[in-house]
Amino acid sequence: MSAAEIPAPRARRAAPSRETLVNAGLGLALLVFGLGAWLLDEPFLITLATKVAILAIAGAGLNLVLGYGGLVSFGHAAYFGIGGYTSGILAHHALNYTPMFEWPFLFEGSTSMPLIWLFAMVLGGLAALAIGALSLRTTGVYFIMITLAFGQMIFYFAISWPAYGGEDGLPIYVRNGFPGLNTLDPIQFFALAVAVLFAVLGLISMLAHSRFGLALQAARQNRQRLMAVGIRPGGVLLVAFVISGAITALAGALYADLNRFVSPSMLSWHLSGELLVFLILGGTGRLFAPLAGAGLYITLEHVLGGVSDYWQFYFGLLLLGVVLFARGGVIGFLTGGRHG
Amino acid sequence: MAEPILEITGLRKSFGALKATDDVSLDLRPGEIHGLIGPNGAGKSTLIKQIAGEITPDAGEVRLRGRSLSGIDAAGRARLGMARSFQVSSVAPEFTVLQNVVLSAQGASGATFRFFRPVMRDAGLLATAHDCITRAGLSGRETVPAAELAHGERRKLEIAMALALKPALFLLDEPMAGMGTEGARALGDLLDGLRHRAPILLVEHDMDAVFRLSDRVSVLVYGRIIATGSPEEIRADAEVQRVYLGEEA
Repeated sequence: MSAAEIPAPRARRAAPSRETLVNAGLGLALLVFGLGAWLLDEPFLITLATKVAILAIAGAGLNLVLGYGGLVSFGHAAYFGIGGYTSGILAHHALNYTPMFEWPFLFEGSTSMPLIWLFAMVLGGLAALAIGALSLRTTGVYFIMITLAFGQMIFYFAISWPAYGGEDGLPIYVRNGFPGLNTLDPIQFFALAVAVLFAVLGLISMLAHSRFGLALQAARQNRQRLMAVGIRPGGVLLVAFVISGAITALAGALYADLNRFVSPSMLSWHLSGELLVFLILGGTGRLFAPLAGAGLYITLEHVLGGVSDYWQFYFGLLLLGVVLFARGGVIGFLTGGRHG
Repeated sequence: MAEPILEITGLRKSFGALKATDDVSLDLRPGEIHGLIGPNGAGKSTLIKQIAGEITPDAGEVRLRGRSLSGIDAAGRARLGMARSFQVSSVAPEFTVLQNVVLSAQGASGATFRFFRPVMRDAGLLATAHDCITRAGLSGRETVPAAELAHGERRKLEIAMALALKPALFLLDEPMAGMGTEGARALGDLLDGLRHRAPILLVEHDMDAVFRLSDRVSVLVYGRIIATGSPEEIRADAEVQRVYLGEEA
């Protein structure tokens, strides 16, 4: 038991710095792409880069529970859509001069992004609290199914609610505003989305390294052990689920503004699946996995989509390859191994 | 005689017609190692799980320092100082040795819902963790992921995690299972030194170790305790020899 025998230091120290480099490269690539498109005067490509940033925010929300907490939520479209409809509905009332409610005080809706984001995150968080409290009583495949079921409930609710467009969706005639920015200028909206993305990734990195994050990652690996050191996994996972729902709802609000349109498709299970695919492609549980995954997905959608109408077939082959041969996803491949 | 740390009275648990725990009473006194032996299927693990709060007994009571633990779950009991190791090593495999022990120290501190400061730079938790790692004999292995540890080292890691809980008592479920003679002896020496920090309820298959280390031994057969006494008394007990030691020999 002598402390004098210190074995040769292992080559582990190199691993995190390499992942940091890959992360910096990914962040830079997004910025360069957006700015390059702006210099070349290609608003469509700027919009595409903005879409990647926003979907990466949604994926980052899912990554908190899936990557760090080990919870496979197949219903994160619910929070994405709730964020989208929050944006759409608040703007709808404000732009049509039809007050949202007059009692107990007059509320006319809003076209201010900061306020809309706040509403979106609170509503997304509350929905995640309710859904999480019930879903977390189950584990494994039952958890997947029950989150899917809640997602579908909200999807069909949106379809059958005619006040806000029902199946047709709800347009936002003028993109909501942000103090000091002209959000209708694509590059300014892109900058805003990227800033939010980096803020969200910073938040998740901070959470992952905190006491809460340690318990959350332990809950993924061994719930029995977590109990035996005096920490109840349920509370830790529920708090993560609420934060996750709020982040994904924030992304939804931005996405509605990007398209200036909200429809039930934002709530569909296809979207829940796409978010999962981003993480699998990028490398589940890696901080920048959602950006890598969303970037690759959107790129392939446009490159392969231009070649073949059946691009998803080829995309499926790629996904199969990643699942079978590169479990760490793009980031795992680039950093060359598991993370510690 | 000092007050017992742990007191179990009239514990019963049935699974259908099987009486896994049948009116078990035993106690654990300060500074002692209390060995619990019994043939396979005697209900040793079931008993440990009831003490740890992982399954609820049908009847009877578990008291920690005179306080009834009824209605307190496994996490609550761990918080009260019940430090447990598992029959099959149970750690967070992707975490390093240090992270595992810090997690345990964090659990003992009772403050998990802190979101801002990095836990691996928390001087208080790190000091506790390093101290426990040294005591468990894992110095120099702090940065190794638990999954890459040798079997015996993982056992030591569980001991280090138990130490970090600031234990009132240890519940060790076959800590020497699967270890070689050498490793078992080293772990035995480690346990020998631990009894003065907190008493140990030691469930173990390794008879030599139990008789060498224990101050008292209880023998569990078909869910019942058929004898409790010093190792010499147990060796001499005719019934124990008949139903247990005799069968093994």
